[in-house]
Amino acid sequence: MIMVVASLKKRLEGTDGPFLLETDVAIVCGGITAIAGPSGSGKTTFLRMLSGLTSPDGGRLEVDGEIWYQGKTGKKPQINLKPQQRGVGVVFQGYALFPHLSVLGNLLYASRDRDMAEKLLNMVGLQQLKHVRPSNLSGGQKQRVALARALMQRPRILLLDEPLSALDESMKAFLQDELLKINHDLGVTILIVTHDSSEMYKLCDRVLLFEKGRIVADTSPRKLFVERETTQKFAFKGEVLEIRAVDAVYIAVVAIGNNLVEVVIDLDEKENLQAGDFVIVGTKAFNPTVRKFAARDFDFSRL
Amino acid sequence: MSPGFDAEPFLLSFRLAAVTTIVLFIVSVPLAWKLSQTRSRSKPFIEALVNMPIVLPPTVLGFYLLIGFSDRSPIGMFLKEMFDLDLVFTFEGVLVASCIYSFPFMLQPLQSGMEQVPVKLLEASYTLGKSKLVTLLHVILPNIKPSILTGLIITFAHTVGEFGVVLMVGGSIQGETRVASIAIYELVELLDYGTAHIYSLILIAFSFAVLMVVYVLNHRNRTSG
Repeated sequence: MIMVVASLKKRLEGTDGPFLLETDVAIVCGGITAIAGPSGSGKTTFLRMLSGLTSPDGGRLEVDGEIWYQGKTGKKPQINLKPQQRGVGVVFQGYALFPHLSVLGNLLYASRDRDMAEKLLNMVGLQQLKHVRPSNLSGGQKQRVALARALMQRPRILLLDEPLSALDESMKAFLQDELLKINHDLGVTILIVTHDSSEMYKLCDRVLLFEKGRIVADTSPRKLFVERETTQKFAFKGEVLEIRAVDAVYIAVVAIGNNLVEVVIDLDEKENLQAGDFVIVGTKAFNPTVRKFAARDFDFSRL
Repeated sequence: MSPGFDAEPFLLSFRLAAVTTIVLFIVSVPLAWKLSQTRSRSKPFIEALVNMPIVLPPTVLGFYLLIGFSDRSPIGMFLKEMFDLDLVFTFEGVLVASCIYSFPFMLQPLQSGMEQVPVKLLEASYTLGKSKLVTLLHVILPNIKPSILTGLIITFAHTVGEFGVVLMVGGSIQGETRVASIAIYELVELLDYGTAHIYSLILIAFSFAVLMVVYVLNHRNRTSG
């Protein structure tokens, strides 16, 4: 069953001039769709147009057979439901919890359904903290409250704007399982803005890749990452930190993820590179090994 | 106490200040909300208009209010005929005048408080299905308590300290418009310096206490928030 049909237009101001955000997608009921792409490509605006917080310039938005927006560029829209009428669950970047209310109060503000609130608090594991104010919660806990609050009015669609980007790996994994559970148990259709490819792979059945306001790829995460990239080559994006001469060759120090790698380069390559450049470091992997991450492996992401 | 001491001007001052504060709070909350939300071109015009009493000499305001309230002006005639309301040299008249005069002192803290509430909180409330009114009452107001308190206290204190407008519109009628500040003026004119001292010292103590409270609350709020 089709849930959302969005063909919307909106003029946006980008860093290098205005551009047109133009989407034309249909999203089926019950799935988890990733919205990916570089920052400033219109991902957040797309979610805001779905929730009714931002008005498109024109186009049509149909949800579950009901028209939420219909209008032509330059004219007053014929139909434009207010956010209050749409009943979309939204989890904002930065959580947007009400600071003057307790965890439970935040949930009950959405709806006075106490049973539902208790059920959701149990689900996200916050029963113990229900009388605590948001300012005393950790980032992961706030995120879970925001998620539970968004679910209080039993939305058919849940919009998540980079919900997990500020959290550490274990909390991320926990909340990813949570989202899968919510999607499965409550049958909520989820759209999630994310930059994390493993997250897309784990959670989503579909990825919409935004670039400069256009959806440049609409595919499954498997197709996007695995089928295209399963080669015997390893290639990583990194940043050149310094280039120094050693005897007759040059050595570039490249930061790749958490690692600093020294790569030998020749004079031609040296001419083209300088510190601060982004590069792809590749090699053929004849015999890659896989070993579980252990405590002795120093993890820079914990710094 | 000096034989000339009479608590009535103080009671009158405080009654005037209390009613002014209540009226202005009720009027200012919706207006401050509108102003904090709007991007309309008329916003600077409205802001300039309601904040004019800050720069205008009280006598100018009092002069025109006096003319406007008099039963020879259309407004004065209308009020007299419709509501049998006389605003010249009466408590009601002074009340209306002081509401206009103290308006900015209530509006400004409320408006700047509301403008500082993150937009995300409002949007979160809207997506949870709550109307603008519910959002105002249950999200905005609880989150700007320090601004509300500042507005209430400053408006109250400013009204107690009013002189020019009251004198112009209300004159000095005992039990009706002779508030503390005017009583002091009269006492000095009558050369009763002893009583004038007592009145003045009470007002000095009151003003200091009020400002102390405001700064203590602001400070506590800044360190805890």
